[in-house]
Amino acid sequence: MNINVRRLLYFAIFALYLLHNDFWLWNDPTMVLGLPVGLVYHIGFCLAAMALMALLVNYTWPAELDDDEQAP
Amino acid sequence: MTTTIIFIYLGIVLCIGLLSNRLFRGTGEDYFVASRSIGPFLLLMSLFGTNMTAFAILGASGEAYHRGIGVFALMPSASALIIPTVFFFIGTRVWALGKKHDFLTQVQYFRQRWDSDGFGLLLFVVMIALLIPYLLIGVMGGGITLAEITKGQIPQWAGGLLVCLVVLTYVSFGGMRGTAWANAFQTMVFMILGGVAFFVIIDKLGGLDNAIAQVSAKHPDLLIRGEHISPLKMLSYTCIPLSVGMFPHLFTHWLTAKSARTFRWPLIFYPLCIAIVWLPSVLLGLFGHLDFPGLKGPMANSVLVKMIDMHAPGVLAGLLAAGVFAAIMSSLDSQVLSISNMFTQDIVRHYRKDSPLSEKSQVLWGRIFVFFIFAITYGLSLISARSIFTLAVWSFTGFASLFPIIVAAIFWRRSTKTGAFASVITVAVLWCYFFFQGWKIPGYTVGMSGAMPVALILAASAVAIVVGSLLSKPPQESTLEKFF
Repeated sequence: MNINVRRLLYFAIFALYLLHNDFWLWNDPTMVLGLPVGLVYHIGFCLAAMALMALLVNYTWPAELDDDEQAP
Repeated sequence: MTTTIIFIYLGIVLCIGLLSNRLFRGTGEDYFVASRSIGPFLLLMSLFGTNMTAFAILGASGEAYHRGIGVFALMPSASALIIPTVFFFIGTRVWALGKKHDFLTQVQYFRQRWDSDGFGLLLFVVMIALLIPYLLIGVMGGGITLAEITKGQIPQWAGGLLVCLVVLTYVSFGGMRGTAWANAFQTMVFMILGGVAFFVIIDKLGGLDNAIAQVSAKHPDLLIRGEHISPLKMLSYTCIPLSVGMFPHLFTHWLTAKSARTFRWPLIFYPLCIAIVWLPSVLLGLFGHLDFPGLKGPMANSVLVKMIDMHAPGVLAGLLAAGVFAAIMSSLDSQVLSISNMFTQDIVRHYRKDSPLSEKSQVLWGRIFVFFIFAITYGLSLISARSIFTLAVWSFTGFASLFPIIVAAIFWRRSTKTGAFASVITVAVLWCYFFFQGWKIPGYTVGMSGAMPVALILAASAVAIVVGSLLSKPPQESTLEKFF
C-alpha cells in the first residue's frame, strides 16, 4: 500500500472535519434545491463522508487484522 | 386501529426474537455475542439501529422544533464522519483483540490491558451510571409515543411497561442473535416507515416548497442557524459522537462480527443511513410549527407523533407509530443485553471464588440481570421528566469524555493503569460538576460561552491519561506482548 495515499486519506478526514464547521453559511437564507443552503451543505457533507469511508476501506484497510483472522 | 397495528408489530418483533432461539447454542459466548458470527448486513443494521434511539426520532424533531435546521449540522452530519471513523480505527481493532483473547465485555479488555482489577471495577461502576439515563430515553420514548397515538387511552406508564415487556422477552430468549435479528428488522422498519411518514405528511402540507415557504414566513430564523446555535457550540458538539468508542453496547456489537472484513460495508453505508433517518426527523420537527405552534420545552418531543396522528389516516398512523417503536426498541435491547453481560462476566463470573461459572449458568445469570435492569429502568422512568434530548446529551458527554482511554489502550504502549485511573476519575469529577451546574438550564454551555462541557472534560481526560502514564512506571513487557 502506498504510504502517501494513506497519509492523504488520513489528512482528508481532518480536512473534512474542519469543513464541517461552515461558519460562512451561518446566517445565509439562500434556498438550494428547495431547502435552506445550510441544510443542503450538511446533506452533501454526509455523502462526502460516505465517499471518504469508501476510499479508506479500499486503500488504507488494516491488512494485519485480516492476517490475524487467518492465523490458527 | 392504530393500537391494533402497534400490537401486531410488537407481536412480529417478539416472534423474530423467539425464532432466533432455535439457533441458540446454549453457551455464554452465543448468548452475549452470537458466537461472533454476524455478517456485514446484520452488523450494519444492528450497529446503526442500536445507535439510533428515541433521541434521533423524537428528540431530534423536538430539538429542530426549537432550534431549526441547525440541529442537522449539530449532530447527524458530524456523526456521519466521526462514527464510522471510530469504527474504522477502534472497532476493527477491538474485534481482533476480542477474538484473540475471547473478550465478551469492555471491562474484561481494560482489566487485562492494564492488569488491574480495581480499574475494571471503577470502569464498571462509571459505565452503568452513564448508561442508565440512556436506557430511560427508550422507555420514556415508548410511553410518550403510545400515549400520544392513543390520545391518552394508553397512559405513558403503560406504554413504557409494554416496551419493557416485549424487549425483555425477546432479549431473554434470543440473546445477542435475537437482538441482532430484531434490530435488523426494526432498523429497516423505521428507515422505510420514516420515509413514508415524511412523504405523506409533506403531501398533506401541500408539498415541500409550500411547507418551507410557510415556515419561512412565520419563523425565518429556523431556516438558518443564527442565534439558535453558536459556532463554538457546533464545534464543541463534534466531540459528542466520540461516545461510540466507549458505549458498552456498541463494543459488544463489534465483537459479534464474523471477521474484520465484515466491517467494510457498515463503514461505508453508515453515513448514508444517518442522513436517511435524521433528515425527515429534523424537517418534520421544523414543520411542526405549522400545525402545533407554541410547544414549550420537552413538550416538543412529541411533535412528530402529533403530526403523524393528525396527517396520517388509521392504518398508516399505526405503521408509522410502529416505526417510532422500532427505533426505540432497537436500542433498548442492545443496551440492556450489554449491561446484563457486564454484570454476568465482570462481577458474577470474575469474582466467583469456587468453581468456574458454567456456560448454562452464564446464560441464566444473563437472563436474571436482564429482568432486574428492566425493572429498575422502568421504575426510574416513572419519576423522571427530563427532556429526552437533554438526558441523551449528558449520557453521551460522559461516554465521549472516556474516549482517550480506548485510544490509549489500543495505540499507546506507554499508557498505564495510573493514567487510566486518573482519566476516569477526572471524567467522573468534572462530569458531576458540570451536570449539577447545568442540568436545570436548557441548552447549558460552559459559562454560557457556547462551549459544550464535553469538550473541556474530554481535553482534561486526555491530559490526565498522558500525565498519569508518564509519571508512573511503564507497563510490564509481558502485558504489552499480549496486546501489541
